[in-house]
Amino acid sequence: MSAIESLRETFRRDQTWPMLQSSQANVNVDKDVILYVEGLNLSFDGFKALNDLNLYVNDGELRCLIGANGAGKTTLMDVITGKTQCDSGSVFFGQNHNLLNKDEAAIAQLGIGRKFQKPTVFEAQTVFDNLELSLKTDKSVLPTLFSRLSPTQIDRIDEVLKIIGLEQHRFMLAGALSHGQKQWLEIGMLLAADPRLLLIDEPVAGMTAQETERTAELLTSLAGERTVIVVEHDMEFVRSIARTVTVLHQGSVLAEGTMDEIQSNKDVIEVYLGEEQAEANGAGGDA
Amino acid sequence: MRHLIALCCCLFGLLSLPAFSAESPISKELLTELVDTKLSKLQPVVAKIEATSGEDALPLFNTLLAGKLYYVRATKDVVGQYTLDGDKRYQDVFTSQDVNGLDKPSFGSKEVKKIRVNNKLRVYLRKAIAGIQLTSKSPAVREDAVHALLAKLDKNTVEIIEELYPKEANKKVKEAMGLALALNVANDKAATVSSRLKAIETLSGSLENSVRNHLTKLTNDDNASVVKAANGALEKIAQRANRFAFIDQLFFGLSLGSVLLLASIGLAITFGVMGVINMAHGEMIMLGAYTTYVVQLLMPNHIDYSIWVAIPAAFMVSGLMGVLIERLVISRLHGRPLETLLATFGISLILQQLVRTIFSPLNRQVSTPSWMSGSWEINPVLSLTLNRLYILAFALLVFIILVAILRKTSLGLNVRAVSQNRNMAKAMGVKTHRVDAMTFGLGSGIAGVAGVALSQLTNVGPNLGQAYIIDSFMVVVFGGVGNLLGTLVAAFSLGIATKFLEPTTGAVLAAIIVLVFIILFIQKRPKGLFPQKGRAAE
Amino acid sequence: MTRLKEWFSSGRSTGKHTMPFVVILLAITFLASAANLYLPEDSALYVSTYTITLLGKYLCYAMLALAVDIIWGYCGILSLGHGAFFALGGYAMGMYLMRQIGDRGVYGHPTLPDFMVFLDWQELPWFWLGMDQFWFAMIMAVLVPGLLAFVFGWLAFRSRVTGVYLSIMTQALTYALLLAFFRNEMGFGGNNGLTDFKEIVGFDLQADSTRVSLFMITAFLLAIVFVISQRILSSRFGKVVLAIRDAESRSRFIGYRTDRYKVWLFVYSAVIAGIAGALYVPQVGIINPGEFSPINSIEMVIWVAVGGRGTLIGAVIGAILVNYAKTRFTAILPDAWLFALGAMFVFVTLYLPKGLMGIYAQLMAKRKTAKPQKSEESQA
Repeated sequence: MSAIESLRETFRRDQTWPMLQSSQANVNVDKDVILYVEGLNLSFDGFKALNDLNLYVNDGELRCLIGANGAGKTTLMDVITGKTQCDSGSVFFGQNHNLLNKDEAAIAQLGIGRKFQKPTVFEAQTVFDNLELSLKTDKSVLPTLFSRLSPTQIDRIDEVLKIIGLEQHRFMLAGALSHGQKQWLEIGMLLAADPRLLLIDEPVAGMTAQETERTAELLTSLAGERTVIVVEHDMEFVRSIARTVTVLHQGSVLAEGTMDEIQSNKDVIEVYLGEEQAEANGAGGDA
Repeated sequence: MRHLIALCCCLFGLLSLPAFSAESPISKELLTELVDTKLSKLQPVVAKIEATSGEDALPLFNTLLAGKLYYVRATKDVVGQYTLDGDKRYQDVFTSQDVNGLDKPSFGSKEVKKIRVNNKLRVYLRKAIAGIQLTSKSPAVREDAVHALLAKLDKNTVEIIEELYPKEANKKVKEAMGLALALNVANDKAATVSSRLKAIETLSGSLENSVRNHLTKLTNDDNASVVKAANGALEKIAQRANRFAFIDQLFFGLSLGSVLLLASIGLAITFGVMGVINMAHGEMIMLGAYTTYVVQLLMPNHIDYSIWVAIPAAFMVSGLMGVLIERLVISRLHGRPLETLLATFGISLILQQLVRTIFSPLNRQVSTPSWMSGSWEINPVLSLTLNRLYILAFALLVFIILVAILRKTSLGLNVRAVSQNRNMAKAMGVKTHRVDAMTFGLGSGIAGVAGVALSQLTNVGPNLGQAYIIDSFMVVVFGGVGNLLGTLVAAFSLGIATKFLEPTTGAVLAAIIVLVFIILFIQKRPKGLFPQKGRAAE
Repeated sequence: MTRLKEWFSSGRSTGKHTMPFVVILLAITFLASAANLYLPEDSALYVSTYTITLLGKYLCYAMLALAVDIIWGYCGILSLGHGAFFALGGYAMGMYLMRQIGDRGVYGHPTLPDFMVFLDWQELPWFWLGMDQFWFAMIMAVLVPGLLAFVFGWLAFRSRVTGVYLSIMTQALTYALLLAFFRNEMGFGGNNGLTDFKEIVGFDLQADSTRVSLFMITAFLLAIVFVISQRILSSRFGKVVLAIRDAESRSRFIGYRTDRYKVWLFVYSAVIAGIAGALYVPQVGIINPGEFSPINSIEMVIWVAVGGRGTLIGAVIGAILVNYAKTRFTAILPDAWLFALGAMFVFVTLYLPKGLMGIYAQLMAKRKTAKPQKSEESQA
């Protein structure tokens, strides 16, 4: 980058200098959009995981991402949450937070929560401790060392415990929970952090039908106040919660719209639902 | 040169037994004549000996020239004086065997008499020696003779060389003779300046020490243009010498690199495939070295061939030990790399102590086969020791064989599959635990082979392997885990870097600098020079 | 300051072993010291000064084990280089003791230690300046290991070096220091290290009373370090540390800069190791580069493993037991010690992953299941 360009970059009028931004700064959602993903590219060894991906998510929306394996869903989440560096493109949280120059911790502190495909909780600690660790507090070293739980925080933890239905297990070690309960605990940990944006990777994998239903309820109730992006393979589940669905294919957006629109979209039928149909046909043919 | 001969004499004197008296190559009559003739009349006798015996007379002449030739008063036998532990003793001039026998006292100073020489005779002797050597049948002797003469050219020798020069058929000897003649011209103040300059020009192509000494002397010459030419020639020689010194250093770096490669390549396989550090890897090297030692003990009369037995034996010993360790310990600690590290460290302690108990804690000397000792002298400033050269070649050979095993055999296919995705390989029906055991055996076996190579460079002791575990790990990490080519590049670059740092910083500081460099390098590129890419690498 | 007070007085659990441990430790210390100072030598209960020094040495090791356990047992960082921090603390103390010798050395030079006179040095190197002040040397004993740990940790943790990589890096660190301290030019006495100490803050190091005092100070400091560590590890900071051990990336995704936590914990651990080293040197009377050798650092890990990692009390017990065994073994069967140590490594990792404290916990759990009702109550 030439000197003049970097100078220009420094004096861009649409950005505040990093040192003037407080990390706790409010997210500017004047335009009603909370997440801007533009022109994202990423390749692993020649394999294009993300290919000029553009995605805008409105504030308070519940968005479902679907797509075949390798469509780039998880990779997209990795880039948004700072786990993976992308080759080019931009990701903004609100209008004022460039996520690409932040690390995972800073992004989490901005209010972006992430749930993994495989539930990861702190197995050697109690459910209560798990939630305490996730609370929205100052997470730097010294304040953490001297922190004490305030009554409001305890109330908050109780509230979350109630939402995720683990009141009975508050002092149980998280490692002793069932798979579904771990999924819930992880969602609870996200809630305890009071996030603006939730990225949830396959929340109902390994859940019973009943648990799935409750999860769907929870996620819909969250939307509005918070923005939720869900990656899911279970089409029934997606249909039950989604208002807007984005289909990813080979690292870029193939289609976007309501579930009905998506289902009638020719491209989607061809590359995604089509596969299922073809499979179904194939299976029928065999029989 | 004379010192060297004296030294050799001493050594031979030490080793040989006075069991048989050798036949003298020069007739007894001539030798008696030598003893009986007065000093002033000695020269014709010497000439007669020169004429009749030729090369055989060289030891006699050399001893005479050195003033070490005596004769026994009683028998008139000619003997050479030498010194052993401060005692003056006497040996047969031709066979270098002690005439009294080393276990018996030597002659007293009254029993022998020195055969004296004067300056005139010395000059004659030198000329005679030079003449004999320069007309020797063996080109190597002739070449050595010319080189030896370079330091002490005089009119007589120059005359001989001038005479022989046109007739010389051997290129190298002719070159050396040309050098001697040029040296003579360059030093000859009576010669024309242009011919002297031309001679200096010829000299600038040589790396001989004596040539450099002469040129240095010439820089004080009266003639300005000669001084200038001499300086220029010296500079040119210095440049060439530097270039060869660089090659020499490079060679030592490559040699260290080959040792590192041998030591680390086994670790690279086990770490790459199983993700565990075998802290007992160094002890596998040690076991290999001790196997060499034991093999040599078992076949003391065939040291030259012992290496060929030791290599497979060491591979088997260390390899089996590796399989044993894998089956008994490592396989039970699957998925717990830090515990594996500790457990294998425990094993390394046990193995070290075991060797200490069996063989004693002292270092053991492993002898080098004769075909591996000595060095390859390329020119006066560059000579490569053969054992290092062989080990370098051996390391590359092992590397190639290993790559071939991994590329071409089904074991290799399985190993690669397991190292890339263990669970998937398992799902595909690869018997992962068998692959683990085989891999571990292979890696350890190669460590054993490395031990054979190391035993040729250093002493064999219980702590031999300890020093290599950190170095080898550094090599593996630097090169990139799971990448054999990376290991190769890393081993040689670290070896070369260390050897180039050493002259300026000293060995210890060089080791520290390299360590610190790698620590910093890992910060920047945690996956090494050649990382495995893609999502699988996470 | 008020926050500090609050923190100590807060109702957090200090771990059920803390109080009994501190009481037993101090009680033994007082009894042993009294038995040495006030009982006649022929008494059956007399404790020899040799034993006192040995106990003091064990307590230093216990503190060192504590340091290793904090970083390994609680945060999952297997450091094979803690001997470096221990030795650096020891060298700081050693330098102070060396300066205290003054002109009583063999060469009688007023300021230069013997080895420098021997090397024909004319003046003190800059890093020896100020080491004649006790307070300054003690600050260095804490600061130097802390600083090294900070720089190393900052570099390593920030670039996310973990697992066996990190372990070998730490080993390389101590190995590099070993090589460096062997050099005479470094100015730390080279191969022989620092020894022949005479006195510490004016007290004769050979005197019984000094020995007993050093032992008592060690015990007190061990108790204090134990309590503080227990506090830190039961605070939210400690919970974050555990979280990092079990699921580091999860901790990052809920907003903790795990590298900073690891760095500071590493520094804390290194500082404790430094203190242990500084206490160790006046009691054993020598510090040499051998303390940097990688095998020493690995031995510390086995103390913790034997006792039970992840429990502070386990580290202390492990250190004392293993070292007691070492003392006995090397006296009776010197050759067998390495066999025993090696076997211990293998046995503990294979069959006792939680160490002796794991066995203890299992026994307690069995007792609890014998009284099922009570256990349920305690769960709630």
